[in-house]
Amino acid sequence: MTDVTLHRGISVQRIGAMILRYWYLLMSSWPRLLELLYWPALQIITWGFLQLYIAQNANFFARAGGTLIGAVILWDILFRGQLGFSISFLEEMWARNLGNLMMSPLKPIEFLLSLMVMSLIRLAIGVIPMTLLALVFFHFNVYSLGLPLIAFFCNLIFTSWSVGIFVSGLVLRNGLGAESIVWTLMFAIMPLACIYYPVGVLPPWLQYVAWSLPPTYVFEGMRALLIEKSFRIDLMLDALAINAVLLVASFGAFLALLRSAKNNGSLLSGGE
Amino acid sequence: MTENDNAASRPTVADSTLSAAIEVDRLVKVYKQTRAVDGISFTLPRGSITGLLGGNGAGKTTTIAMIMGLVLPTSGRVRVLGHRMPEQSAAVLGRMNFESPYVDMPMRLTVRQNLTIFGKLYAVKGLTDRIAKLAEDLDLNDFIDRANGKLSAGQKTRVALAKALINEPELLLLDEPTASLDPDTADWVRAHLERYRKDNNATILLASHNMLEVERLCDRVIIMKRGRVEDDDTPDAIMARYNRTTLEEVFLDVARGRTNGAREEAGR
Repeated sequence: MTDVTLHRGISVQRIGAMILRYWYLLMSSWPRLLELLYWPALQIITWGFLQLYIAQNANFFARAGGTLIGAVILWDILFRGQLGFSISFLEEMWARNLGNLMMSPLKPIEFLLSLMVMSLIRLAIGVIPMTLLALVFFHFNVYSLGLPLIAFFCNLIFTSWSVGIFVSGLVLRNGLGAESIVWTLMFAIMPLACIYYPVGVLPPWLQYVAWSLPPTYVFEGMRALLIEKSFRIDLMLDALAINAVLLVASFGAFLALLRSAKNNGSLLSGGE
Repeated sequence: MTENDNAASRPTVADSTLSAAIEVDRLVKVYKQTRAVDGISFTLPRGSITGLLGGNGAGKTTTIAMIMGLVLPTSGRVRVLGHRMPEQSAAVLGRMNFESPYVDMPMRLTVRQNLTIFGKLYAVKGLTDRIAKLAEDLDLNDFIDRANGKLSAGQKTRVALAKALINEPELLLLDEPTASLDPDTADWVRAHLERYRKDNNATILLASHNMLEVERLCDRVIIMKRGRVEDDDTPDAIMARYNRTTLEEVFLDVARGRTNGAREEAGR
C-alpha cells in the first residue's frame, strides 16, 4: 500500500467531518449561497423565454415542447455538479488548508467522497429552485419525466464527478495557476455533448467523439423521451459503462497527480 | 471509526520495541537541479525536544515535510514511530500532528468549528471535553466562537497550536511555532510546549530561527546548511565547540562559514 493509494477502511466519521467543514463554510457566507441560486435562475429565465418565443413561431419546436428548457436543466446538473465538486476543493486551496488535511488521517478517497456529497448538496440548493421556476413560469415539469430523470441525473452527475476529480488533481499538482481549468473544462465538452441539437448535426468524424462522452447519450435520450415519447434505456446503459471507465480513470489520474504534487513539493506551496 | 482506525491508534509490533520517534537515514530531496536535502541522517529518541536550525533554504522545511509524508524523498528512508513513511503513513498520521506557517486554518470557520472538524478527522474521543480543555489551557475562550480570519496573529498561532494538540500527539512537528508572536505570548507558548512534552512524554521536532527559543526548549540541536547536517549535539556542546556563549553566535558562524575547526571536531 503506497502513500497515495486507496486505503482500506474508509471512515464515515472523517467523510462526515469534511462535509461538516463545507457546510459550516456555506452557512457562514450568504454570497456563496446566493451565487448557487443566482446563475441557474438566470439561465432558466433566459432560455425559458427563448423556448416560448420559438414555440410560438415554429411547428417542430412547438411539438417538441420542453427540449430547450429540459436541456438547460440537464446541462446545469452537469456543469453545476462539477463546479460544486471543484469549488469545495478550491476552498481548501484558497484557505491554504490542504497541508493540514493531507497530514491528517484523512485518506484521498474519503476526501473525494466528501467532495461528491458536497456537489450533490450544492446542486440541490441551485437546481431545485431552478426546476420550480421552470414549472411556475414556463409550465415545464422536469419531474414529470419520471424514472428516466433518475437515469439522466445519475449519468450526468457521474460525468461531472469524473471531470471534477481530474481538474482537482490538476490544481493540486500545478497550484492555483491552473484554477481557470476548473471553470472552463466543462465548456469544452459543451459543443460535443449535443445539448441543444441532435448528434446527427455533427460531421460524421466528430460524431465518434461525441459518442465517447456520456452526456451525449443523456441529451439524445432526453430528446427521444420528449419528442418520440420513448425511453432509450440502451443509451443510458452505454453512458453508464463509459462513466464507469471515466470515474476509474479520473481516480487514477488524481492519485498520480497527488503523487506528483508530493514529489515536487507543491502541497506545501499550493500557490500560483 | 473503522476497525482500521482502531488498529492504527493501538501500539503495533513496530512500536512494541519502543523504536525511536524519528529515524532519518541518508535522506535526499532533489527539486529539478536543486539538492534541497543532501543525504542527512539522524535519530530522535522518544520524549526528546530537538531543534532544527539553519538559514533560509537550508532544507529544514523540506526535511520536516518528508517526515510528515507531504513531500516524497528522492532517496533515503524515514521511519516515524517505527513505521516507514510515507508507505505506512496510515498507521501513524493519527498519532502525530504539526503546525506550520505554510498552512492556515480555514478563515471563515470559527475556532470551535475548526477544532471540531480536526477533532473528528483525528477521531478524538470525548471531543467536546478535549476542546474545552485546550481552550482553557491555551486561553482561547475569549474568541472561541469568532471566525479564524478575524483573530490577531498571536491568537491564530494559539489556535494552530490547539489544532496541533487536538489528538494529544506522540510526535509534534513545529515549523516556526512562535513566529510573529510578541515576546510574552511566545514565552507562554514555549512554556506550554515544555509542559506538554513533560506530561505526555511527547517527542517534539521544531524548526526555528529563534535561537533563544531553541536554547530554552531543546535538549538537542541539528544545524543544517545547504541541505546537509552541519552539526548535531546538545546546545551546550555546540556552543562550547564553537567557543561561543549563545546559539545565535554559532548560527552566524555557520551561516558565514566561520567554523573555526568546529566542524572537524563535530565529525570526530
